[in-house]
Amino acid sequence: MLIVLVKSAVLLLVVITTFAYAMLFERKILGWMQLRPGPNRVGPWGLLQPAADAAKLILKEDLTPKTADPLIYRLAPFISLLTAFAVYAIVPFGANGDGSPWAIGDVNAGILFLMAISSIGVYGISLGGWASGSKFPLLGAVRGTAQMISYELSMSLSFVGVLMLAGTTSLTGIVNAQERMWFLIPQALGFIIYVITAVAETNRTPFDLVEAETELVGGFHTEYSGLRFGSFFIAEYVNMLTVSCIATLLFMGGWNAPFGLTMLPGVAWFVLKVGAFMFFYMWLRATLPRFRYDRLMTFGWKVLLPIATLNLVATAAWVALH
Amino acid sequence: MIAFWIIAAVLIVSALWTVTARKPIYSVVSLLLNFAALATTYLILHAEFLAVMQIIVYSGAILMLFVFVIALLNSGIAAVVLGRDRVPVAPAAAAALAAVAFVATAIAAAHAPAIAPIATHSPLGAVGRGNVFGSIGDFGQALFLSRLLPFEITALILMVAVVGVVLLAGDLTPYVPTRRRAEQTRRALREAILREGK
Repeated sequence: MLIVLVKSAVLLLVVITTFAYAMLFERKILGWMQLRPGPNRVGPWGLLQPAADAAKLILKEDLTPKTADPLIYRLAPFISLLTAFAVYAIVPFGANGDGSPWAIGDVNAGILFLMAISSIGVYGISLGGWASGSKFPLLGAVRGTAQMISYELSMSLSFVGVLMLAGTTSLTGIVNAQERMWFLIPQALGFIIYVITAVAETNRTPFDLVEAETELVGGFHTEYSGLRFGSFFIAEYVNMLTVSCIATLLFMGGWNAPFGLTMLPGVAWFVLKVGAFMFFYMWLRATLPRFRYDRLMTFGWKVLLPIATLNLVATAAWVALH
Repeated sequence: MIAFWIIAAVLIVSALWTVTARKPIYSVVSLLLNFAALATTYLILHAEFLAVMQIIVYSGAILMLFVFVIALLNSGIAAVVLGRDRVPVAPAAAAALAAVAFVATAIAAAHAPAIAPIATHSPLGAVGRGNVFGSIGDFGQALFLSRLLPFEITALILMVAVVGVVLLAGDLTPYVPTRRRAEQTRRALREAILREGK
């Protein structure tokens, strides 16, 4: 019991620090890609910027619109934050010599647990947008809910291919099954589908219609300020980190060293792979314009879902024949 | 055991809140809490798969639909006022009867001799094999091998229900391709303008 508590506290600290610096690096990378220095005033090389941002968010006035539903309005950021962090209860980061994973809990139905938690995460956005009692948040929330439900289907289908190849739903088991070859190779199509749906699930560019500034002001969090806005913000970045972890665990071999380069420990490889995926995310944001809403839905239902189903059937046939 | 009683209390309170809440959105939130508590109960019973499915299917899909409907239809945040006379007598009596029967069964079950392991050697199939009630492997075996026919029949019934809803509530005007519909609208508009001109 005590060990679990300590582990959880440490992990929480690690995830929050990662969030803070992921934010800083995103701004730096966006800056470099746009030929400007990015934040560089607070601390050496701007390294204390996250602390300044946190202080600013905490000190800002917490506003609640008159038309808002006070209870739900306050509950929504909590749901977002809770579901974003709950995932880390089962994400393994490495393995000991005896094969036991570095994780708080090793659940048999690990991947299903991830799907369950992420399916609840939508409530933060939809309830928050609805409870604000104003039109831009409501539009953002309705869009976001429709988008996340649509893309969740294809995402789950892209998981199933991996599950069939690994023959287990335990995250540790899936990583161990990739000792020889990453699932990225036999499940290349599944990986592409996963990457697209992961960007859509976390509402990042080019799928950030939930908070499309040019048309919806701030989308579902238009009315939120201070730390409540901060909660949504943290949840978004932690979710980014989560989908990067899932990509690493399911498709990129987890903590297995590639090409037999075992001089680095497994955890280091895990962190490197997650970092590479996060960088890819930021790269996308700096490069791509936003989708039009109707095209986003058409793409999700008429392109991604059939391809994901096809991939699933093909994988099933391959597994059955071997 | 303590965990069970806490969760049982949460389950009952949230269920009551669901049916008595003044605002539909509060009902949704309490139902969400109820589903989460129910999933936790399944976890205590070591039925991981069932717990996860409870969350994915009910909280993630069905309840989300409710939120959607509320957000779209009732975007004002007014409370729904329910009078006292809205409680129908017959369903209330039936509910009371069911509650009595449930309590009686629970008491009878509590006094029953030692609980046999669930379906270890039952003809129902492999559901409870090896004390892994509700694990994914056994669930899949039961669903696709020993219980395939009922499963497919259920799927068919649900399908019929969906088609029925579309028939009852859907738009029954014959389907017109988008391009031709646009053409029709344009023609109607032109005629209307011409009429106005006269």
